[in-house]
Amino acid sequence: MSDKAVAKPVGGGFLLSGGQTADVFAPEQFTEEQLSFSETAVEFMEKEVLPLTEKMEDHDRKIETNVKLMKKAGEIGLLMIEIPEEYGGLGMDLSTSLKVSEAMARSGSFAATMLAHSGIGTLPIVYFGNEAQKKKYLPKLATGEMIAAYGLTETGYGSDALGAKTKAVLSPDKKYYVLNGEKQFITNSGFADLFIIYAKVDGEKFTAFIVERKSDGLSTAKEENKMGIKGSSTRSVIMNDVKVPVENVLGEIGKGHQSALGVLDIGRLKLGMASVGGSKEIIKYAVQYANQRMQFGQPISSFGMIRRKFADMMMKVYATESMSYRTSGMIDKAIHALDRNAPDFSKKAAKIFEDYDIEASIMKVYGSEVLGFVVDEAVQSYGGYGYIEDYPVARAYRDARINRIFEGTNEINRLLIPATILKRSMKGELDFMGRLNDILAEIKTDKVNKTPAPGLLGIESLAAETAKKITVYAAGIVVQKYMASLTDKAFNFGRGEYLFEQLANMMMETYAIDSTILRTLKLKDLKGESAIAMPLMLTRAFVYETLNKVTLIARHVLGDAAEDHADEFATYEKALSKLTFTYGLDLSGTKEKIAARIVEKEGYVL
Amino acid sequence: MKILVTIKRVSDPEAKLKIRPDGTGIQTEGVKFVVNPFDEIAVEEALRIKEKHTGEVVVVSIGDKVVTEQIRAALAMGVDRGIFVNYTGSYDSYDVAGILAKVVEQEQPDIIILGKQAVDDDMGQAGFMLAEMLGYPQAAFASKVEISDDKKTAKVTREIDGGLETKEVGLPCIITADLRLNTPRYASLPNIMKAKQKPVKEVTVDALGAVVKPHVTIKKLTEPPKRKGGVKVESVQDLVGKLKNEAKVL
Ligand SMILES: Cc1cc2nc3c(=O)[nH]c(=O)nc-3n(C[C@H](O)[C@H](O)[C@H](O)COP(=O)(O)OP(=O)(O)OC[C@H]3O[C@@H](n4cnc5c(N)ncnc54)[C@H](O)[C@@H]3O)c2cc1C
Ligand SMILES: Cc1cc2nc3c(=O)[nH]c(=O)nc-3n(C[C@H](O)[C@H](O)[C@H](O)COP(=O)(O)OP(=O)(O)OC[C@H]3O[C@@H](n4cnc5c(N)ncnc54)[C@H](O)[C@@H]3O)c2cc1C
Repeated sequence: MSDKAVAKPVGGGFLLSGGQTADVFAPEQFTEEQLSFSETAVEFMEKEVLPLTEKMEDHDRKIETNVKLMKKAGEIGLLMIEIPEEYGGLGMDLSTSLKVSEAMARSGSFAATMLAHSGIGTLPIVYFGNEAQKKKYLPKLATGEMIAAYGLTETGYGSDALGAKTKAVLSPDKKYYVLNGEKQFITNSGFADLFIIYAKVDGEKFTAFIVERKSDGLSTAKEENKMGIKGSSTRSVIMNDVKVPVENVLGEIGKGHQSALGVLDIGRLKLGMASVGGSKEIIKYAVQYANQRMQFGQPISSFGMIRRKFADMMMKVYATESMSYRTSGMIDKAIHALDRNAPDFSKKAAKIFEDYDIEASIMKVYGSEVLGFVVDEAVQSYGGYGYIEDYPVARAYRDARINRIFEGTNEINRLLIPATILKRSMKGELDFMGRLNDILAEIKTDKVNKTPAPGLLGIESLAAETAKKITVYAAGIVVQKYMASLTDKAFNFGRGEYLFEQLANMMMETYAIDSTILRTLKLKDLKGESAIAMPLMLTRAFVYETLNKVTLIARHVLGDAAEDHADEFATYEKALSKLTFTYGLDLSGTKEKIAARIVEKEGYVL
Repeated sequence: MKILVTIKRVSDPEAKLKIRPDGTGIQTEGVKFVVNPFDEIAVEEALRIKEKHTGEVVVVSIGDKVVTEQIRAALAMGVDRGIFVNYTGSYDSYDVAGILAKVVEQEQPDIIILGKQAVDDDMGQAGFMLAEMLGYPQAAFASKVEISDDKKTAKVTREIDGGLETKEVGLPCIITADLRLNTPRYASLPNIMKAKQKPVKEVTVDALGAVVKPHVTIKKLTEPPKRKGGVKVESVQDLVGKLKNEAKVL
């Protein structure tokens, strides 16, 4: 058997063409089996993990509690989802694993522990390990007999991780590498049995190593005193002449960046989905509290400003969830088409994740910022009680903060979004320039479509098309204007970043708009129009508000590009107004209807 | 040995239930359904007995097609196979016992374990009625079950006011499970996958030869009257006054 050809929607391709509902995966399509997995995870969280929150956060009991919970998680199969069956796993797809990540997110600390193990700790071996390494380690990682950690960051090299100073030198008898250096902020380091360590062979060739904790010369420093996820273990890992057998080189010498960055893509997708899980939990708390809390003789959930918060939370989470599963659905489809038994299967699968690195960065940034918004508004809804640690939202607020920092800071991921789109178009993988030329021609000939297609969400679909065009146009102007500077480091890290950040925001919001509409249309196909009143309201309100946001950012980008030349700006603004599609919506009225339902159902219920 | 466990599909005990406007039942839209918690305990006990003494664990559930979800949930805990009695009409505890008696006749299990009651209607009668119909010995509200090495008897303990009571019953017998009998295991992910392959046999009441004729019918469900909010009293005199004049308990 060989790989099946699938018409693959290219990573980043959402920006250039219209999506098809047939290609979109929605969480409503999960099978009974997948939902049972998630139910087991939910039950595990409720019965085992959440009751031990205090113990996990207690410095003296943190290690034993984490280890105990991880063994139990292993016993019931929560750590084996993505490990192939031949190595003691279940060989399930990304969407299934995201659904379980969503459930785990109810504890920020335990989610970090578990995702560090089964994500960035285990997946480098799944996708980049050789047969012997997979046979030796995966069955133990699948059951939790061994717990893994991922060591990339160093004191002097955080965002600039590939700079790593940790050094590996081959021994004279060529049997092992000697590692020296220090990795910082390593999740699970207090109890992990296995570390994926990135070091430079001879100080040059960036390479991944599988390092066992019991190796002589390996030690860990004291636990960091963190702002949040206090129940997870974070320490420095110190390597002093640690001998690592040559069999434990992971992947090729000098190609460590492949696994280092490859698994981060998967990690970022999971983080996005975990943010959705965390957000749903907090919405529930906030609404339940607001329904009970009386002020001015009525529950605070009856006040417009509080209800607006709940509507916004729900809209953003719905959008994030739609983007998340759309992405995992595309990846799963591409991987399903591969020949599982081919010797290079895992390499090809890793390549598919890489193809969707733009979406992975989007999910990471968008998810973590939506969670940030939700916890912030939840604290606000609790009033003074939100600031007191006896109530659940204070912890959630602290725990959420790390998500914008690890797995690549949101700045680094924002840089990657437009940069990768540009890189792909240079390579001819994305026809960005072709699309830009079409749009410029439409502007010139006044042929921009402003007539909504008939049918459900016709206006919103036109809004999505508009958001894409505006984004491509603004990005195109930046590229044209600064073409010569784009290879200049000083520009890219300086003025360039001001522009890239805004372009990244437009691209993310456009993906959100597009995915939300496609999910809702998919739901119509699955359930019929009468059953999707809530998704329709969420989509209408979200798309309307977000299109306005995208249009505004575009204006700012064009203003920047005009560099205070009024004529130039006038030309850009004229083009922008030709692309712009405006329509009116009773946004507050729509949000009120959304809020009414949330307040009644006390949570995220579609 | 063969152990038969009965499971009922009930609304999640955590769910906030609402009565349908016409009072004929509860609103099921958006409500999660689960295996009756006492039945889950019964399943766990059966699995433990099997692990110790070898044999087979079979679950049976009565209702419409949706109860197969709960059968699958039991299979995912490690149960070997399921029997789905397809019956959509109304029935009472006596009918349930009657249907189960027919299943027992066919299956000839050594032990039948039921939850002591279902948490939806809290009737708690099926186990007793079934024992009576079959003429089997029964041990209700078990908090501990020990099967003898020769597999001929079961020593069953239950909690009573101020102590424990232990009975020995000969097999085959009926046992009903109480809350503290055990803690049910999780449906592990590998077991969830295996459950797909396990057989579930569908039978009808007619094919079993059972007759359903409810003696009890539900006329109407109503919410309990809303409790009035409390008041703060200023002084002991105030309290005594209110107890005398308003509550009329003094
Ligand atoms: C609780 C916790 C757990 C962690 N777990 C792990 C783990 O398991 N494994 C692991 O390897 N690492 C882990 N990390 C490390 C984490 O990934 C890094 O902290 C992160 O990548 C940022 O690096 P840094 O802290 O050195 O910050 P810096 O890189 O110094 O960044 C400081 C600020 O500068 C910004 N910045 C840097 N470069 C640019 C640029 N070019 N443009 C714009 N802004 C820029 C950053 O976005 C950030 O806002 C963990 C960290 C924490 C706090
Ligand atoms: C650290 C700390 C120090 C404090 N120090 C003092 C002090 O020195 N002296 C003192 O007297 N108090 C103090 N407070 C109390 C503080 O002023 C109150 O917590 C605050 O006024 C909010 O009241 P609340 O906590 O009861 O929240 P609530 O009034 O219950 O409010 C909950 C939420 O509902 C919103 N809400 C309420 N009514 C409406 C409405 N009509 N429309 C829209 N939204 C509404 C609120 O804005 C909030 O978001 C302190 C509180 C804290 C946490």
